[in-house]
Amino acid sequence: MMSSNENWVSICQTNDLVDNSGVCALVNGEQVALFKLTQGEQEQVLAISNFDPIGKANVLYRGLICSVSGEDTPLRYVVASPLYKQRFCLTTGECIDDPEQSVSVFPARIVDEMVQLSVAS
Amino acid sequence: MQASTMKVLVVGNGMVGHHFVEQILEQDMNVEVTVLSAEPRLAYDRVHLSEYFTGKTADDLSLTSAEHYEKLGVNFHVNAKVSHIDKQAKTVKTEAGDVYAYDKLVLAAGSFPFVPPIPGNDQEHCLVYRTIEDLEQIEASSKQSKVGVVVGGGLLGLEAANALKQAGLETHVVEFAPQLMAVQVDQVGGQLLKSKIEELGVQVHTEKATQEIVSGDTSRYKMKFADGSDLETDMILFSAGIRPEDGLAREFDIDVGPRGGIVIDDNCLTSDPNIYAIGECALWNNFIFGLVAPGYTMARVAASHLAEGDLKFEGADMSTKLKLMGVDVGSIGDAHARTVGALSYTYENQPEGVYKKIVVDADKKLLIGAVLIGDTSDYDTLLQYALNGIDLPEKPESLILPSTSDAAPALGADALPATATVCSCHNVSKGDIVDAMDAGNCDLGSVKSCTKASTGCGGCAALLKNVVDSELEKRGVEVNKDICEHFAYSRQELFHIIKVEEIKSFDALLEKHGRGIGCEICKPAVGSILASVWNDFVLQKEHVKLQDTNDTYLGNMQKDGSYSVVPRIAGGEITPDKLIVLGQVAKKYNLYAKITGGQRVDLFGARVEQLPFIWEELIAAGFETGHAYAKALRTVKSCVGSTWCRYGVQDSVGAAIDIENRYKGLRAPHKMKMAVSGCTRECAEAQSKDIGIIATEKGWNLYVCGNGGMKPRHADLFATDIDTETLIKYIDRVLMFYVRTADRLQRTSTWMENLEGGLEYLKQVVIEDSLGICAELEAQMQHVVDTYQCEWKTAVENEESRKRFRQFVNAADATDPNIVFVQERDQIRPATEQEKQSGDLIATDKVLAEDALA
Repeated sequence: MMSSNENWVSICQTNDLVDNSGVCALVNGEQVALFKLTQGEQEQVLAISNFDPIGKANVLYRGLICSVSGEDTPLRYVVASPLYKQRFCLTTGECIDDPEQSVSVFPARIVDEMVQLSVAS
Repeated sequence: MQASTMKVLVVGNGMVGHHFVEQILEQDMNVEVTVLSAEPRLAYDRVHLSEYFTGKTADDLSLTSAEHYEKLGVNFHVNAKVSHIDKQAKTVKTEAGDVYAYDKLVLAAGSFPFVPPIPGNDQEHCLVYRTIEDLEQIEASSKQSKVGVVVGGGLLGLEAANALKQAGLETHVVEFAPQLMAVQVDQVGGQLLKSKIEELGVQVHTEKATQEIVSGDTSRYKMKFADGSDLETDMILFSAGIRPEDGLAREFDIDVGPRGGIVIDDNCLTSDPNIYAIGECALWNNFIFGLVAPGYTMARVAASHLAEGDLKFEGADMSTKLKLMGVDVGSIGDAHARTVGALSYTYENQPEGVYKKIVVDADKKLLIGAVLIGDTSDYDTLLQYALNGIDLPEKPESLILPSTSDAAPALGADALPATATVCSCHNVSKGDIVDAMDAGNCDLGSVKSCTKASTGCGGCAALLKNVVDSELEKRGVEVNKDICEHFAYSRQELFHIIKVEEIKSFDALLEKHGRGIGCEICKPAVGSILASVWNDFVLQKEHVKLQDTNDTYLGNMQKDGSYSVVPRIAGGEITPDKLIVLGQVAKKYNLYAKITGGQRVDLFGARVEQLPFIWEELIAAGFETGHAYAKALRTVKSCVGSTWCRYGVQDSVGAAIDIENRYKGLRAPHKMKMAVSGCTRECAEAQSKDIGIIATEKGWNLYVCGNGGMKPRHADLFATDIDTETLIKYIDRVLMFYVRTADRLQRTSTWMENLEGGLEYLKQVVIEDSLGICAELEAQMQHVVDTYQCEWKTAVENEESRKRFRQFVNAADATDPNIVFVQERDQIRPATEQEKQSGDLIATDKVLAEDALA
């Protein structure tokens, strides 16, 4: 559910993204990690905070993207931090290796080859 | 359980004495154990003594330590040779005059080498081969000698000859009998063994009775033989058999046999009810057992009897399998077919130097003996037939004939009865292994540590694995070797699939053989395999998502998200001009500089967006990437070698540079390090490397699978005195075989530890080409060599890959404000969290922006 006061900001072009990998954008002084997931024809952009709360560095966009299937949970897409390998869910921001930790998540979309983020105004 | 503590005094701390200590502590009784060792050190592995000459130290060979005994609560004294026993008072006295009381005394004094009473046998360079001190003397003597003679062509004599040969001496073996190893091997086998050993450059003289040792004409000594011939030599090693160390028993009225040995009964008790004797000093049924396994059995029997158990000594199997100077030799039971009515089958293959004989009973039902020379692959199966009285197949000869389609199947683990002995060193039966697995030990490692099986001589390793695997299978346990949830394959299987099906990308592999989108486990593993097989640019569009951050950004990420820059400095050789460039670049970009352990320079603190600019400058100055970030060859360290060094015998720097340039860029399951030393002083520390090379007068010695770091492993000597061409061939094959078969993130050292068949197997594959894959391994390596590219050069020249090195896609001039430095010892270092909060910091440089504008 997206809130009504959402404020979509164009960040970059889709060709600035890298398939199944991450890049970083600076949005209102905040670092946001953008990940483009492609599987066959489908593609989507997911965005989380770039700051790794465990490694305490702005590096999450440089992590590897993984899919994780649990016994009771549906398939989740996560990024493994390049520092100490903890995995953060790209849709909820939860750290699945350390439930105490999480990162913020930003709604993201592609409109006319432009990548847009919704940031709280 | 007894209430009072029993004082048990053990005289001798050899392998058997030490085993007794372990066994008595396992009994359910109150004991105070005291050990008196005549040697200056505690128990060590005498079986593998000759490895002292291939680099093992006294520490490597030790079986226990002062700390270990202290932890176990064992009192111990070294250099404590016992000189008196008072049976009435129940005390012993040492040469130093110390007196120890006992309730029960255990004599485990072992044996001493028999030196034939030849005039002149007591000269300075006439030595024996039994203790580490003996080896130290041999080592010292061999440095002043060119020629060495071993007197005695038995098992130990040949081991000793091997030691002399490894020390670089012209080596001879002089044997009184008409053949070598007359106890274990029949005449035909002895003849073949002789010719094989002579092929290896050791001269064997049989039927020679030495009469006198006098001064030599060309060497230090001359040995004069009964037949009138003589032999000149600089040193002599006596290895003409052992004699039981029974002097104390003789002197203090404990029964000894007519030809020596302390007489014991089935409980290992001597003629005194409070004194036991075990191991090589003991005489049971008029027989002295000169092997470690029967000694261990005696140790268990004595411990059991002390604890009022009912274990008895009932003799022991003297079968043996070993490698003598690279020649496989096996002997089981009645090798000479002396049993009444015994029949033999023999197989001889002269071109390949293989001889096999089995001895069966008159009914052809039971195997009672065997001799194997040149090929002992049938030993385990034959031994099981012999020890367990398993009915022979209809055609017993099928057991030793080369395998053809109608050959008898190997005796599987299932065919063994529960009583079958798997490990004779620690007397572990198949039943014991099954029990251990019933108790929850469900993998090879825990079965080993629980039962101790295969922790003695290690000869039963393959059999143990078969038993464990077959039991696991019976229990329906499928050993899951899947790399992760996305691929139901091991790394080795994935490698095979990629190569055979010519798969060039992760997506293609996933589509055909996987599920999901992959993860941090399978992606880099597959990325590495693709690179090993096809060697494409790692940042190519379809590969970029597979790489760990270090590979993606071609640098090592540091804790703050900055990277280090490590150009290749092959062999550690660098010109002053290039060194200046490194300094200039480091200064310009304000990088922290440190010399690495691999003889190169590490520049830290580069921001991701600075990397292409830094590398552009380095490449312009002639540098290339050092792959410090990759699971690949890191460095080939070298000493300065014969070019400059007074002691060097080969050009180690030149060799290191050639080798580094050959294997640079080879992606592997884990990082690899190498080194080349120019002489045996080993200044490059090659024996702690994955591939270690040490120069010899004649060429190179190759060591493999060593490791420093967290779990050090001494590298194994793989080949000696080989020329450069052979050296490269062997390295090609070893590395490619490792790349093919190792698990992900498995260093060569753990790969070797887990390789079934170990070093010998690797030698067979690489040197003898037993799998017939050497040509393929070499071709694959050549492909990798031929397709090498400097990844940084490709990256900076390619606009698409260059785009990756941006901190922000939407703010070209911004930098990560979280990367901040402070000054320390005149260089930068990352600021701590506390320093970042205090805000009192050195501003980061703006070099990138200026450069980008220029």
